[in-house]
Amino acid sequence: MIAPDKDHAALANEFNKDEQRVDWHDETLWWVRQKRDNAVKKLPEWEELREAGSQIKNNVLGNLNYYLQQFETNAKANGVHVHWALDAKEHNEIVLDLLLSKGINKIVKSKSMLTEECNLNDYLLDNGVNVIDSDLGEFIVQLANEHPSHIVLPCIHKKKEEIGELFHQHLGTPSGNSDPIFLTETARQHLRETFLARKAALTGVNFAVAETGEFVVCTNEGNADMGAHLADIHIASMGIEKIIPERKHLGVFLRLLTRSATGQPITTYSSHFKKPRSGASIHIIIVDNGRSKQLGREDFRNSLKCIRCGACMNTCPVYRRSGGHSYHSAIAGPIGSILAPNLDMEKHADLPFASTLCGSCTNVCPVKIDIHDQLYKWRQVIVKNGHAPLAKNAALSVMTKILSSPVLYKVAGKLGRLTMKWVPLVVNNRFNPWYKQRELPEVPKNSFGEWYKKNRNHESKDK
Amino acid sequence: MSSRDELLKAVAENQPMNFPLPEIEFLDSECIYLAETFINVLTSIGGAVVLIENLMEIETYILEKFKKSDRIVTTIPAIKWMAELIPATSIPPHALSNVDFAIIDTHCAVAENGAVWVTEKGIVNRALPFICQHLAVVVNARDIVSNMHSAYNLIGTDDYGYGTFISGPSKTADIEQSLVLGAHGPRSMTIFLIM
Ligand code: SF4
Repeated sequence: MIAPDKDHAALANEFNKDEQRVDWHDETLWWVRQKRDNAVKKLPEWEELREAGSQIKNNVLGNLNYYLQQFETNAKANGVHVHWALDAKEHNEIVLDLLLSKGINKIVKSKSMLTEECNLNDYLLDNGVNVIDSDLGEFIVQLANEHPSHIVLPCIHKKKEEIGELFHQHLGTPSGNSDPIFLTETARQHLRETFLARKAALTGVNFAVAETGEFVVCTNEGNADMGAHLADIHIASMGIEKIIPERKHLGVFLRLLTRSATGQPITTYSSHFKKPRSGASIHIIIVDNGRSKQLGREDFRNSLKCIRCGACMNTCPVYRRSGGHSYHSAIAGPIGSILAPNLDMEKHADLPFASTLCGSCTNVCPVKIDIHDQLYKWRQVIVKNGHAPLAKNAALSVMTKILSSPVLYKVAGKLGRLTMKWVPLVVNNRFNPWYKQRELPEVPKNSFGEWYKKNRNHESKDK
Repeated sequence: MSSRDELLKAVAENQPMNFPLPEIEFLDSECIYLAETFINVLTSIGGAVVLIENLMEIETYILEKFKKSDRIVTTIPAIKWMAELIPATSIPPHALSNVDFAIIDTHCAVAENGAVWVTEKGIVNRALPFICQHLAVVVNARDIVSNMHSAYNLIGTDDYGYGTFISGPSKTADIEQSLVLGAHGPRSMTIFLIM
């Protein structure tokens, strides 16, 4: 979707041209990660809570067919319309049909990563429907004609001066004013008119409760509610994995979600929509778009437990220093790199390699997804299917040959050590991506094999 | 086959074995000083707390903070002499767009995160706690529970049409992570805490 002709490494390279910005991006996200740590430390039961969240989600995956039907039955009994979409195209068509049937050509949206995944905005625009994103961060990236670079902090890649300039161009604010309070107030006034005028609102769904047919939407700004309560029709888009079994389980997830995301104890608003208000209607669109396929992949189905908190991105050393857009996928970072190859393995073959496999993501994930293990497994699947990224492919095919031949392995090791020692430029050049921002370790004089042989000989002599 | 049936079939074919639901036993962790915790958490996230002994004292607050021309509304019949009572009959949400200050009440507040739980019954109009410029909620100290599990225990099977946890004023940090209060909803949130 963004510069599809370039892979993660190339896009990260571009991001890295502005070193100061990269440092700032890195530090800002690390600061968010630290806020998460502080919030988590205050809860002695945090690990049990994560375990409970993980187990509830495991239960959901094992009974998803049943819970989806239970949710549908209860939602319908509450007077809510339920639609089903197999893919992004069907989802977008349902939204458009709903709007056209009511003669509506303007819609206000709150944050929904699913509609990003479906490219809904472009589709609606092409069909003559005006879309305004009301979450401030999304509003900003929309003005900039970009996509969110982070699932929780959509414009984390932008400096306030750039935002001030965007507001100057589009909303007529004085040039050079980049005060966050002033800019937020401007957006507030501007969007208030929008909320009051729009007859249709679209929101995402954080959790959908099978037991009651209600769904929960979490925001800090109050934009989802402003949209939904002022519109005649509220469309809520959800992936099939958003289901949770019972209302009381919300207690677990609402405690986990925002502490993991930003270190807040809860979002400002956690709104439970159960029935439409009188004179208005609610339509839920339940979307598959590859999720049932992921459910069938034993090694990767756990990724469907994700509650989209963004903690794995904030902690990821690669994400922090390459920026969300380098992942060229609606959902960036470690979890995005597991979800994207399921949709299109060839197009996203580079993403599971955009990781150091350090495991920090797995450590912070509130629902205990084995993120770095899955990244490692995707690499194997991708290579086996012949989709390995070009540079890695060349290196890997050499590796395969060497590893499968003991003689070659020994020679290659010796050559490698000699190369590093005498001609480091060969290794330390721009064709070798591993050398970027890395110092190579001092070269050992012997290989492990040589060392072992020598020492074992000593040993046997001693005996 | 309809998309619905096709989707459900694909899910049935691909879903793993059943995994039992865990027991959730986080009820009432050692949070003894509920009111203190509630006040500390709420003020740390931008909310304000005013301790009162009875509802009459709210009038003093109004006189101090608002002008005569400001539109002040409430959903609490007991204070209708100091604020315009929002009628239970449905009024269009747009009619509330010029509300400066709204006072609502609740029967459940949560110490661990400073949130209050309100439903359509208590707010009358869903838009009210969002569209007003400033929001106040009357909380009785004995209605504060320790955490979200206790809150859902209390909510039980209540058949509301709409309900929401509200924790502080609306806010955003989307511009360079600088916290700004008053995003799209209220600019301030005050709790009148009856001790
Ligand atoms: S994978 Fe885990 S840490 Fe990452 S966004 Fe999802 S829930 Fe959060």
